Amino acid sequence: MSEPLLQIQDLSAAIEEGELLHQINLEIGPGETHVLMGPNGAGKSTLGHTIMGNPQYRVTGGTIRFDGEDITEMPVDERSRKGIFLSFQNPLEVPGLSVEAFLRSALRARTGKPVRIFQFKKELESVMELLQMDPSYADRDLNAGFSGGEKKKAEILQLLMLSPRLAILDETDSGLDVDAVRTVSAGIREYQKRTGGALLIITHNAAILNALQVDHTHVLVRGRIVADGDGSLIDEIHRDGFEKYIEMGRDMLKET
Amino acid sequence: MTNQKVDEIDRSIYDFRYEEDDFYRIQSGLTPEIVEKISEEKHDPEWMKQFRLKCLDIYNRIPVPRWGAPIDGLDMDDIATYVRANTDMKKSWEDVPDDIKDTFEKLGIPQAERAALAGVGAQYDSELVYHNVKDEVAQQGVIYSDLESALTGPHAQMIRDHFMKLVPPNDHKFAALHGAVWSGGSFVYVPPGIKVEIPLQSYFRLNAKGAGQFEHTLIIVDEGADLHFIEGCSAPKYNVANLHAGCVELYVRRGARLRYSTIENWSKNMYNLNTKRALVEDDAVMEWVSGSFGSHVSYLYPTTILKGRNSHCEFTGVTFAGQDQNLDTGAKMIHLGRNTSSFINTKSICKSGGISTYRSSVEIKKSAENAKAAVSCGSLMLDSRSRSDTIPAIVTETDRVDVGHEATIGRISDDAVFYLMARGLSEEDAKAMIVSGFASDVSKELPLEYAAEMNNLIKLEMSIG
Ligand SMILES: Nc1ncnc2c1ncn2[C@@H]1O[C@H](COP(=O)(O)OP(=O)(O)O)[C@@H](O)[C@H]1O
Ligand SMILES: [Mg+2]
Repeated sequence: MSEPLLQIQDLSAAIEEGELLHQINLEIGPGETHVLMGPNGAGKSTLGHTIMGNPQYRVTGGTIRFDGEDITEMPVDERSRKGIFLSFQNPLEVPGLSVEAFLRSALRARTGKPVRIFQFKKELESVMELLQMDPSYADRDLNAGFSGGEKKKAEILQLLMLSPRLAILDETDSGLDVDAVRTVSAGIREYQKRTGGALLIITHNAAILNALQVDHTHVLVRGRIVADGDGSLIDEIHRDGFEKYIEMGRDMLKET
Repeated sequence: MTNQKVDEIDRSIYDFRYEEDDFYRIQSGLTPEIVEKISEEKHDPEWMKQFRLKCLDIYNRIPVPRWGAPIDGLDMDDIATYVRANTDMKKSWEDVPDDIKDTFEKLGIPQAERAALAGVGAQYDSELVYHNVKDEVAQQGVIYSDLESALTGPHAQMIRDHFMKLVPPNDHKFAALHGAVWSGGSFVYVPPGIKVEIPLQSYFRLNAKGAGQFEHTLIIVDEGADLHFIEGCSAPKYNVANLHAGCVELYVRRGARLRYSTIENWSKNMYNLNTKRALVEDDAVMEWVSGSFGSHVSYLYPTTILKGRNSHCEFTGVTFAGQDQNLDTGAKMIHLGRNTSSFINTKSICKSGGISTYRSSVEIKKSAENAKAAVSCGSLMLDSRSRSDTIPAIVTETDRVDVGHEATIGRISDDAVFYLMARGLSEEDAKAMIVSGFASDVSKELPLEYAAEMNNLIKLEMSIG
């Protein structure tokens, strides 16, 4: 395997009340697609946020490297500008900030150059069309009053406009109707096609993965990765559930 | 200490001034002799001179207000009340002296004018130095001039009939002071049925050390006419206490509409004790758009008297209180006529220990049957050191009214800041965008270049402390 894009070694992270992630090891190569599964409350979102650098989670051990560089202590905005993207499970609402103005500022911050308005507008329009978003959404306040599905589409819109090298998608498909899942899935494929970027997809749902080639699957239980495998692991979990892995999590807990 | 330094550097964009060469300066403190001297300098008509002296008398009798933000730091004996740049009224930009021109250049006045603003009455210290009304507006019969020359011009009687009739000198101590020493300001008269398509704007600015500024704005929008007036303020920074006690009187006649927009950005040592009032007649509409930035202490509650039937007023305001600032702002609505309606929508932001108090009063008198009033105020605190208070009062004397009130108060969300930063924005930019968004009710109401200036001010304030 070539130099990994993301390399997580023995990563532990905690909040005031205690440790949520325990000695996580995970490697994602450039352009690879990984799936992260696990029961509710396992720590999947926490892992995504810790990779992104949410100051809520204190790293208590281990390292995160991106593109060969240790980013464990790096501020979130720098990580973003290096090419890490997190699609939020619960995107935040920002009243008074339009989707368009926000994207323009984000692009300017990332490139350090003024955004060329005409080109930007054209691009925005075409991506919104791909995601079957009404053009009026560009003028709406970011996520404010959006339905759950609209928020998730807006996350994929940002993904496509900002073109990161690694996209962590945290349950981007949950709460979506069948058509919306298809649209979001098409958006993700478009991201792969355009940028060749890597993906870490957190999901409970196989539908979003249908047209994607999954390279690796990881199972997270109680803050630990208890199993790694290839794409077939997903089918197994869908058939048998997490039962077996929850057991494994218990056993690992006993060992330590 | 370091904070202070940052403060100085960042504010230098707005806080600049030039040497006061050849300036005429009156001794500090306030006596009948000084007031007479001012009157003489201004070539006041006799009635105005007598009016000033009467105001001085009232001023000396009324006590300093004992509510709201403390103004102990203000020593009237310390304040030179009148400073005038050594220049007369200019008709064209070329005639304006270079240093003054340069000051305005930095403030963007000529650009703003080029951006299709109808006329510029820019005030440098207490005098109008630049004044230019676009031909088409003048041709419509619209009068836009400085108030002093209008006092002896063809509209002398109109001014005499309206000057300090809405804000009488015994209203409060600083109204009396204003009446005694007022100088500069604008007079606008829009004849019946005339719709002024482009906004008129006036840019006020304080420049001299320890100088007070007492400009008077008098606007009369006659029946069925329509006007948007923009007042922008910015002042350089000094260590000596500065006082601003301006006065704005607005008359909105039957079926007329007036929008009065202000972005104030006073230097951080300014005591801004401003009085603004509007009288709204039958079927007329008054709209206030107000952004209060800067100053050490502000008292500002534009008042609207909804006298006529079906008259309507909307007030949209934002206040930003940073370090060492105590801003007491809001609005006042007095419903007299039947079917009158008012809507107050304010946002206040406080940061780095700043205190922002929202104070409003809605009075619905017995005569105002079927009146409607709604008040909505939101506060955003950027840290736990800052304070935000909300003091809304609603008094109704009749039952047949519809009154609503809504208040929200909250801290800036760490999650929202993280969300924006996760897209590559710096912490400072992320916060500034959230705050600008919070204040967007105001910026959306402003012409583009003013909205941009307001967002720049927010950015600037966010970078301090
Ligand atoms: N900021 C936080 N404060 C308190 N508890 C948290 C916080 N973040 C996560 N948790 C807890 O950590 C566990 C893992 O949460 P999460 O990462 O959201 O799980 P998942 O995404 O796998 O459903 C849960 O028990 C959750 O309640
Ligand atoms: Mg989750």
